[in-house]
Amino acid sequence: MNVTRKAAGRRPYVRPMGGWWKRDPFFVRYMVREGTAVAVLAYALVLCVGLVRLAQGEAAWNGFVDALRTPWSLLLHAVLLVSFFVHAKSWFEIMPKTMPMMFVRGERLAASAVTRTGWAAAAAASIVMLGLAAWGVAS
Amino acid sequence: MPERTIEIQVLRYRPEQDERPFWQSYTVPFTDDMSVLQGLQHIKDDIDGTLSFRWSCRMAICGSCGMMVDGRPELSCKTFLRDLLPGPVRIEALSHFPIERDLVVSVEPFIRKLEGIKPYLIPKEPRTLAEGEYRQTPAQLAQFDQFSACINCLLCYAACPQFGLDGEFTGPGVLALMHRYNVDSRDGGRAERLPVMNAEEGVWGCTAVGYCSEVCPKGVDPAHAVNQNKVNSAKDYFLRFLSPKGASA
Repeated sequence: MNVTRKAAGRRPYVRPMGGWWKRDPFFVRYMVREGTAVAVLAYALVLCVGLVRLAQGEAAWNGFVDALRTPWSLLLHAVLLVSFFVHAKSWFEIMPKTMPMMFVRGERLAASAVTRTGWAAAAAASIVMLGLAAWGVAS
Repeated sequence: MPERTIEIQVLRYRPEQDERPFWQSYTVPFTDDMSVLQGLQHIKDDIDGTLSFRWSCRMAICGSCGMMVDGRPELSCKTFLRDLLPGPVRIEALSHFPIERDLVVSVEPFIRKLEGIKPYLIPKEPRTLAEGEYRQTPAQLAQFDQFSACINCLLCYAACPQFGLDGEFTGPGVLALMHRYNVDSRDGGRAERLPVMNAEEGVWGCTAVGYCSEVCPKGVDPAHAVNQNKVNSAKDYFLRFLSPKGASA
């Protein structure tokens, strides 16, 4: 093989991959989607800390609730909320690619129908959670 | 009417004299019906005969003329200069492949991978001519039809950063073709192809960027073929604990 390559004067040039994700807006959107996973992790940690403080008694829990009300915490939660929205949007967009072909009455189910079902499930779960929270505050 | 011209910049690389690729600019007269490929042919025929590129059918079915046009993987015969005005149009060899010369890339690893998935029907059991043809329902045909439209043009590989970062990744095109045969009701070769699918370089090398499906000129949607097989691969992994022969048995 090497002999053939040499004889043919072959010297393939491999282009570098550095900064590949900046080459196309599609890749930038992909990196943003992947980046929102960090926000999911961050919020999971916030919830875990809350659970630990709850187990430590009333004073610890009240301290945690006070911490949630600080401006920095509110800012963090605003950033996390936006990230979660992007996370849901980008993953629901790619969700049809992960599912086998589905047929309803002989017609292939459109990718947009799968994406819309994802949004509907997310909306339903959010409404249930907000309802539970409102019920908790009221009682 | 005065002749209209457009500037075409080509990434040149001549292995016997260039250390690294460089951009070379050409001014090309064009008409509204001229493709990028015809622009390159004008350069080769009338301006600079040393320019190298692959092409054959000129009608988007041979899959030879894939290249980066303004940074996007395209078939140059299917991309028109009139849509790229005012220019300059920047033409580069397909991303993620080693450049052999100018716009010509090395494809041997791709051919090796393609052969590796046995891209042909492997009958479930021997069948004689007297038994007649195979019959399929429209639903069975729909399972593989779009994936069989692949023309091996490699645009999906040029769109896949995971392939660029790791050349061993089987890649979107070959994995989509593997799916095409696996889901064909006439085929019985799935078990033989599973090791390629389940390998780290198989479906798990994909991170669902999804650009492959965007650039495919034939609507194959390789990202769909690859990602639904992550579920199949996971099932195969876990079912082996329940059945000694695995899910494919």
